[in-house]
Amino acid sequence: MRFMYIVTSPQPNRYPTPALMEAIHKLADREIKAGRMIDSGGLMPVAMGAQVKVSHGKLSVVDGPFVEAKELIGGYAIFELRDKEEAVAAAVEFMQLHKEHMPDWEGVCEVRSFAPSEAEMPCQVEARVAS
Amino acid sequence: MTAADIHRTILAVWRNEQPRLVTSLSRMLRDVPLAEDLTQEALVAALEHWPAAGVPEKPGAWLMATAKRRAIDHLRRTRMLAHKHDMVARDMEREQQAMPDFDALDDDIGDELLRLVFTACHPLLSQEARVALALRMICGLTTEEIARAFLVPDTTIAQRIVRAKRTLSESGLAYETPRREELSERLASVLEVVYLIFNEGYTAARGEHWLRPQLCNEALRMGRVLVSIAPHEPEAFGLLALMELSASRTAARTDAAGEPVLLMDQNRARWDRLQIRRGMQALRRARELASVDGFYVLQAAIIACHAEAASVADTDWRHISGLYAELAKRAPSPVIELNRAVAVGMAEGPAAGLAIADRLTAEPALKSYHLLGSVRGDLLQKLGRFEEARLALEAASRLAENDRERELLKRRAAEVTAAVHGQTDRH
Repeated sequence: MRFMYIVTSPQPNRYPTPALMEAIHKLADREIKAGRMIDSGGLMPVAMGAQVKVSHGKLSVVDGPFVEAKELIGGYAIFELRDKEEAVAAAVEFMQLHKEHMPDWEGVCEVRSFAPSEAEMPCQVEARVAS
Repeated sequence: MTAADIHRTILAVWRNEQPRLVTSLSRMLRDVPLAEDLTQEALVAALEHWPAAGVPEKPGAWLMATAKRRAIDHLRRTRMLAHKHDMVARDMEREQQAMPDFDALDDDIGDELLRLVFTACHPLLSQEARVALALRMICGLTTEEIARAFLVPDTTIAQRIVRAKRTLSESGLAYETPRREELSERLASVLEVVYLIFNEGYTAARGEHWLRPQLCNEALRMGRVLVSIAPHEPEAFGLLALMELSASRTAARTDAAGEPVLLMDQNRARWDRLQIRRGMQALRRARELASVDGFYVLQAAIIACHAEAASVADTDWRHISGLYAELAKRAPSPVIELNRAVAVGMAEGPAAGLAIADRLTAEPALKSYHLLGSVRGDLLQKLGRFEEARLALEAASRLAENDRERELLKRRAAEVTAAVHGQTDRH
């Protein structure tokens, strides 16, 4: 089953400490070599993006920065795993690193399964870190 | 959480940690099969303790500490009192006091993992034993899971694993790494195992059991592990490319009712672009590493041709039939020749394809191979020789071992029969 991990945080100006970055890189390297992590990517700050909206039958294009942006999404990772349990275990390990290296950080790692092509059941869970 | 949920969670955590557990234990004990036994004991311990105590915050550290404790006990119990073992036991006890040093373990997990893979896939072992050991030692599947995947009783797999481990121990192969010059040769045995596991899952992808297609994923995972631990082996990349590109078609290979859809009829929009990208990347890397395409690289290159084509009509069939000719030279086989017949049939017309397929009807190895009749039926139909096409397809349907394939062939035979009648009506 394929899963996407998206990390969001209500603290948009907190960047990972070097120690956390190193720990994450190490984990990512292990997961790539283990054949579990198959894709990942970082996203530029939302201020540099744009939003195309449809609301009340009207279409509008808004360039960043956005005043109402509260949650930062910094990137994603795609994993190929056996089941939801494995996906959650991996997310827990990832968030454990945050808890260890940035104890006062808060955020959510969302674990989303790709829509199934066969008889697989979809699932959606969240692994939360709150101080 | 129900007991079953907890059980699944524990297994998931364990599979995540298993490669590190078994590799670091085998380095300590200098014995891969023994290390595997002891990591299994750590799993059993987790299954005993965690349901009541909860999953520890650092499950990997818990499992590692438990496995190491078993290793120390084992060394004491077996009283291999050579000085060396005393030292190992003392070192381990000292390490035991502190938290396991995961960073140090991660740094050379590659070499140890290589040893693990080569031990599990040792050419001395039967193919079946290699497959079972690989799934168990590299993928962390339990005996029950492997048994279910291969539709055989648990005891069969358990015995296979025990016997294979004994063979390794008795032959003094419990802890060895092939030397540089042997590496490529021994790698062939490893690749063969992975390819076999992939095919077992790929050809069985008909929804009888979820774990059979799951075998494709296990093989893919092993393929990705292989290129990370043997990054200079073109055929490792070739096999990975072959698997990624084949698997990219999974969603398109069956219809909503679970019926197989042939390549020509597949909806290419359902092919997995991410997987194609990964496959193409692996193929490029393989070709950077070697100037001559190997067995797996050639097969991957053929599938890559399909992956790059927007439709059947856009496919470079001439290139594909050339690649099949190359493959047939490298590994002469009637099955490859049959595939070449299909490609030539598309590139040069059905008559040219049929000429190759007809030569194969005398081939003893294809006497009971339903796809020969299937291909001939298709080519004959295209040539308007409906009666012969019907006979070929009906014969093929009698040979098909799989229900779904048999049904498909019968349906095609019926279509051709309708075409025959259409023809007669017109007369």
